[in-house]
Amino acid sequence: MPELPNPELAAAPTAGMNGARAAGEGATVLEAARLVLQRDLTLAFRRRGQLVQPLAFFAIVTTLFPLAISPELARLREVAAGVLWVAALLASLLALEFLFRDDAHDGTLEQYALSGQPLTGLMFAKTAAHWLLTGLPLALMAPLAALSLGAPSASIPGIVASVAIGTIALSLIGSIGAALTLGIRRSGVLLALLTLPLSLPVLIFGARASELAIHGAPYVAPLELLAALAVLGVTLAPLAAAAAVRVSLE
Amino acid sequence: MSHEGLEAENLQLWRGERHVLRGVGFAVPRGACLHVAGANGSGKTSLLRTACGLLYPESGRLLWNGRDVREDLPAFHASLIYIGHEPPLKADLSALENLRYWVGMRRRTDRAALESALQRVGAAAWRERPARTLSAGQKRRVALAALSLALVPLWLLDEPTTNLDGEGQRLVGTLIEEQLARGGLVLAATHHELPVAAGRVRRLELQLA
Amino acid sequence: MSWTWFHRLGSPPYIYRLAQRLTPWFAWPAGALIIAALYGGLVLAPPDYLQGDGFRIIYMHAPSAWMSLMVYTTMAVAAAVGLIWRIKVAHAVAASCAPVGASFTLAALVTGSLWGEPMWGTWWEWDPRLTSELILFFLYLGYMGLRGAIEDTQRADRTSAVLAVVGVVNVPIIHYSVSWWNSLHQAPSVMRLGKPALSTTMLAPLLMMLLGFTLFFVAVLLVRLRGEILNRERSASWIREALGT
Repeated sequence: MPELPNPELAAAPTAGMNGARAAGEGATVLEAARLVLQRDLTLAFRRRGQLVQPLAFFAIVTTLFPLAISPELARLREVAAGVLWVAALLASLLALEFLFRDDAHDGTLEQYALSGQPLTGLMFAKTAAHWLLTGLPLALMAPLAALSLGAPSASIPGIVASVAIGTIALSLIGSIGAALTLGIRRSGVLLALLTLPLSLPVLIFGARASELAIHGAPYVAPLELLAALAVLGVTLAPLAAAAAVRVSLE
Repeated sequence: MSHEGLEAENLQLWRGERHVLRGVGFAVPRGACLHVAGANGSGKTSLLRTACGLLYPESGRLLWNGRDVREDLPAFHASLIYIGHEPPLKADLSALENLRYWVGMRRRTDRAALESALQRVGAAAWRERPARTLSAGQKRRVALAALSLALVPLWLLDEPTTNLDGEGQRLVGTLIEEQLARGGLVLAATHHELPVAAGRVRRLELQLA
Repeated sequence: MSWTWFHRLGSPPYIYRLAQRLTPWFAWPAGALIIAALYGGLVLAPPDYLQGDGFRIIYMHAPSAWMSLMVYTTMAVAAAVGLIWRIKVAHAVAASCAPVGASFTLAALVTGSLWGEPMWGTWWEWDPRLTSELILFFLYLGYMGLRGAIEDTQRADRTSAVLAVVGVVNVPIIHYSVSWWNSLHQAPSVMRLGKPALSTTMLAPLLMMLLGFTLFFVAVLLVRLRGEILNRERSASWIREALGT
């Protein structure tokens, strides 16, 4: 049977090489990343119950401290920034375990690696989805926790800003740990052991920014350092996560 | 004598302590199908995964259209689709949504194209149901729909006929023959026989280590 | 010509034999230097005018701390080489470095704590250097924990290599942020493990000790490397010949 030349296959553009919007053309990395983001958000909303868990954990941990220390708001205000940040860090850690878990189990991660799209871009999209589902809600909940620990309401903008930017950095750093521990059974503690030391700079700058906000002092300096960490994370973390994912597929 | 197609030279692969691929080589020109056969554990899946570039052989080369795939791995990946033992479907998404996200990573698709692909594989009736409610055979049919939409020259299929009834298996044969007629190539690993005309199929038998 | 040398460096039997031959060249000088440095530091150097004899622990503390950092860097470089060029021996080097580096870190922490106690009455101070050292210890533990949690050697090598590279990039960042943090909360009486002003008789033993520690590290690394290679290549044919059985 003679081989029929196929204009379709011969001309099928590889990903990222075209600009037309027709169906059947190759997808660009931005389109692929958008789909990854969309898919993760859709899936999360189909299991809405699970979304609340990190937030509930955050609330409970925050409650532990007044019970363990003292009900006096004056005393709590001294440690409020630290308590808030440790709780946010731990809540963020809990949500990390599931960043890649399901995708690794059902073969989606493998398809990402074989899609011909830059895996780094797809990792960034996944981490962005994770932040939207965990970090952002934490940032919005943080003022409530701060107020319960004696912080004045004037400190709210500073607290939201610091936790929002800080959780971006935490999601990025955490994605590396999550990718490294793929395929290890019961890796929760190991994930924490790997991620916490790398997250310490975020904790230091973020807690300082919140502390200054609570005491009414200008907090721009640590906030800028926090933003610098987030930017560094954006450039380097998805790369490291992609490398770790490829290793896990070998 | 063109170099179009997939060639492997002397692939040596270890998985832990096991020497799984011992100097495996093959040449699959355009329009040909390679049936990778062998008992369970003989390395069929490992060979397929090495052929897509997921596994890194200790030595040996893989050539796509005459060039080493390591020179431009993303371009090689954009030219292939790999479907493993389990179709990569998300339990909470419907067949239609799964297909849209899966194929959308590499090709723009519209609803019409997705629907007609699902129609072809007999999935029209249950395309909106979440994947967790689908049987293994139904999930495999969704994977077949993805094949027809991907528009890539190289197909790497691991056990493509598993869980399919007679009609489904004939569908696999038809899809493969259409792909070959278009000038594409198929590598299929299975310990069954492929439902494809014998003249189009070359056979590579792997021995148990 | 130079590539043959590079390829031989990647060959496990070659490295095994090379390590065997080189070990005494590092071990004996290391021993001599350390003993000489100990004598110089504990006996010859005069007591510090501020800290008395207590400062002498610097002869153990400072080189340990310096080595803990140097070993981590070596480990990360070896891991990166193994990751990029897929050289198994490089991964074996990284694996051999980790416990040694962790031990140096622990030694630095313990000597740091011992230094603080007679000086300022506390067994621990959140001094920036000690705190950074503690975090470095956690980084080592994480690396070794990750290696231990993955059964397949090749995957363990490559996964921990990514971690080592990420870690080495983070070490300066962590160090900077910890210094920044410490400078914010300056207690009025500065409780720092400050180095006393060092005269030549005090400095010379310190440098000798540092060199001795470095040679000691290389010697220990070579011994561990041989063990590591034996373990990884245990089913290979050259092993029996190398062990003389």
